Amino acid sequence: MAIESDVLVIGGGLAGLSSAISAAREGADVRLVTYKQSTLRQASGLIDVLGYTPDGEGPLTDPYDAIPELPDEHPYRLLGEDTVREAMSMFDEVADTYRGGHTDVNALLPTYGGTVKPTARYPEGAAAGLASDDRDLLLVGFEAMPDFDAPHVAAHLEAAGVPFDVRGETIQFPGDLMDDAKVTRYAKLLENNGPVEVRGRERGARDALVERLNPLIEDEGRIGLPAVLGDADAAGVRAALEAELGIEVFEVPATPPSMPGVRLEDRLFEAFDEAGGNFESGNPVVSFDGQDRVETVYVDKQNARIPYSAEQFVLATGGLVGKGVESDREHVYEPIFDCHVEHSEDRYDWFDEAVFGEHPFAGFGVDPDAELRPLDSAGSPEFENLRAAGSVLGGYDFAAEKSGSGVSIATGYHAGRLAAQEAQ
Amino acid sequence: MSDARDPTQFDPIVPNTGEEYEPLEVFPEDDGFDLRPGADSCYKCSTCDTNCPVAEVDDDFPGPKFQGPEQWRLKQTDDDYEIDPSISECSNCLRCDTSCPSGVNLAQMHNTARGEYVDNQVSKLSVKYIRNRILANYRTSAYFASMFPRTANFFMNFGPVRWAMEKVMHIPSEREFPEFATQTFRQWWSERGGAKVHSDDKKIAYFHGCYSNYNTPEVAKALVRIYEHFGYEVMVPPQKCSGTPMFANGMLDDARRHAETNVEELTAAIEEGADVVASCTSCSMALRNEYPELFDIDGIDDLAEHTYDAVEYLRIHTDVRQELEAAEVSGELEEEFAYHAPCHARNQGLERQAIELFRDLDGVAVEDVGESCSGISGTYGWKSEKYEKSMEIGSEMFEHMEESEGTTGMTECPTCASQMEHGTGYEVRHPLELIEAALID
Repeated sequence: MAIESDVLVIGGGLAGLSSAISAAREGADVRLVTYKQSTLRQASGLIDVLGYTPDGEGPLTDPYDAIPELPDEHPYRLLGEDTVREAMSMFDEVADTYRGGHTDVNALLPTYGGTVKPTARYPEGAAAGLASDDRDLLLVGFEAMPDFDAPHVAAHLEAAGVPFDVRGETIQFPGDLMDDAKVTRYAKLLENNGPVEVRGRERGARDALVERLNPLIEDEGRIGLPAVLGDADAAGVRAALEAELGIEVFEVPATPPSMPGVRLEDRLFEAFDEAGGNFESGNPVVSFDGQDRVETVYVDKQNARIPYSAEQFVLATGGLVGKGVESDREHVYEPIFDCHVEHSEDRYDWFDEAVFGEHPFAGFGVDPDAELRPLDSAGSPEFENLRAAGSVLGGYDFAAEKSGSGVSIATGYHAGRLAAQEAQ
Repeated sequence: MSDARDPTQFDPIVPNTGEEYEPLEVFPEDDGFDLRPGADSCYKCSTCDTNCPVAEVDDDFPGPKFQGPEQWRLKQTDDDYEIDPSISECSNCLRCDTSCPSGVNLAQMHNTARGEYVDNQVSKLSVKYIRNRILANYRTSAYFASMFPRTANFFMNFGPVRWAMEKVMHIPSEREFPEFATQTFRQWWSERGGAKVHSDDKKIAYFHGCYSNYNTPEVAKALVRIYEHFGYEVMVPPQKCSGTPMFANGMLDDARRHAETNVEELTAAIEEGADVVASCTSCSMALRNEYPELFDIDGIDDLAEHTYDAVEYLRIHTDVRQELEAAEVSGELEEEFAYHAPCHARNQGLERQAIELFRDLDGVAVEDVGESCSGISGTYGWKSEKYEKSMEIGSEMFEHMEESEGTTGMTECPTCASQMEHGTGYEVRHPLELIEAALID
């Protein structure tokens, strides 16, 4: 026997969760299995749909306008604009702490590096930082968190021509934490107003931080801090700071490890749970049974092989970083089902000499049909009941296009819905 | 362009950096495990650090990324490098291991580092060493206590005794010692005359561990009745401690001695056609995961391949899900439960098993109180210097338990259970007890 479900989703990142939620909303009995935690925790927490065309044109004002012009093999072209829109509506319903759904137009957000990034949805906590807002802006970084150098970021934003004055300051986080304190340590201290020692006295970390920020504020209307303002109750931390400081507070989207990514992951698992889904993490799917159809997959639980069977399967294991696509010196492959991955035989053709050139490896992945079933080298579906979603798909370069989250959500939504419909 | 440019002339088997170079002898003096390949997989994403419950409350703890891959590299390049004492602040919850998106074996690294630290850098005459050794060898204390359970129960929680233990041994007087059962599970088993069901093809060997033998035999009895309900012959081979508290205290020699007995006895049962099941998730993790990572004992891989969590095994091999959907619970266990998934259950992908299984069971509701760690981590919370920290880590779980509808707790791990009880005053039950209540009479 085996552990059974209608739909089994392999992978717990944005694509896996989107397909699991969409399948569960169709009424299917859905299970998600994921090997460890996904690269979503390393993502900024911003949801990009499309920021630039594959030719580098942009930043794009309206990502949907550009979809018809994308290459044929691009996942958005396979799905069509309407499906991408439906998928984003599902995201908006599920991630109710996100903003940006009121318009098709990309928002512009300042990043840790001081660039301005076009993005489709952003966490509530980043909203006051919009670059299209003309209120003057104060950025404050912490000495022990060198990833966010506020004066440097401010200078970059000035140079980018933002329509407001921006100033950066660096302070010591109250309590003099060790130089590489964890982001969760900051988040927890601020959320609980936990005790820190300031000049020999024990203080609440949040109260002490307010005291350090207050004298820095001149006539700015908003203040940006690194994205460590709380974990489970980020809104509460922000509200408490705003009440004390008298101006709006926002988080600048983070570099890894990223609290906004962690919070989004938590929210999506919660939504999947609410939709009745089952999930588990920590162990990889390593093999399967089946010829034309996948019948059973095996999870390697620390040496014991546990069988999971389902009617329909969704492969959402990620790209090169997430290890859904792997390579050795001879070839590039998809490790679970060995689905075909198109690539040159000569590995010196896998990349471009220029660092920011057009790297073929960035587009490596399985190529699907319109139903998102991975195709073999002859162009037929590898299995009739296996679909793929997210960065395990080829045909697009999310880093250059700024389309990673959008493709994951849209293909996940579509794959999950089709799988659920067919399973019932 | 580099000389590796033409792939036809490059043979990765033959070292191309000079004739003296022997890649297998980079660290020739080391006859232990070579974890370098694992360390190389770490790309410093720090996902482990965001999952570490100790780093979240302790500013001085450098986190799992340092304890594992970084410290390993320091050690390999500097002959005089000593393991950082902060390794003993790690509670061995192994959330880092569960989280690593790159599959770095942090559990193995932490366990070996801790073993080395205790072997080479800790005085064997220090009070803390002696205390840790007593805590780690819970089975021995429990064995003696169970001979006179009522006396032991009285003395272990008797004020003046606890005061003295705190002063002399640094065992926090705030903690309540677990009560010893008046009859151990093994006594019950032999009094009963062993297995009631005999089968040639459906057999399990039960690894009950110390706790359900000496402290909560009701869990072990529930397991026996459930498996017999499904037609399994239950074997209860001789066994010692799984070793978990010894790994966590860096006492690998002690752990190895116990492991040798367990591997021998359990592989004998496997040869008779049984699979091994455990009701404590730390025990099943030790047999499945930690044994083959730390020891080289005949049959150890065979044991790992045949070991399961008791409920997981039912889910795979029986129709327990359908039976529970059709069943209902009334009486003592007709309750709402606040369920906490132990860290070592997460490590085996079992964190949602109880929620899923009892979702459609009439008469009960089981609510997941979230992903926070209970903080006790076996013997960790039993040390005076760590007591406050363990309670701070657990505070989120206590809050979530109190926010939930249920006023009875549920978990698979006996020490998590005692922390849940300690922090909230709730009684705590094992999922097996609920399955028993639903399916048997």
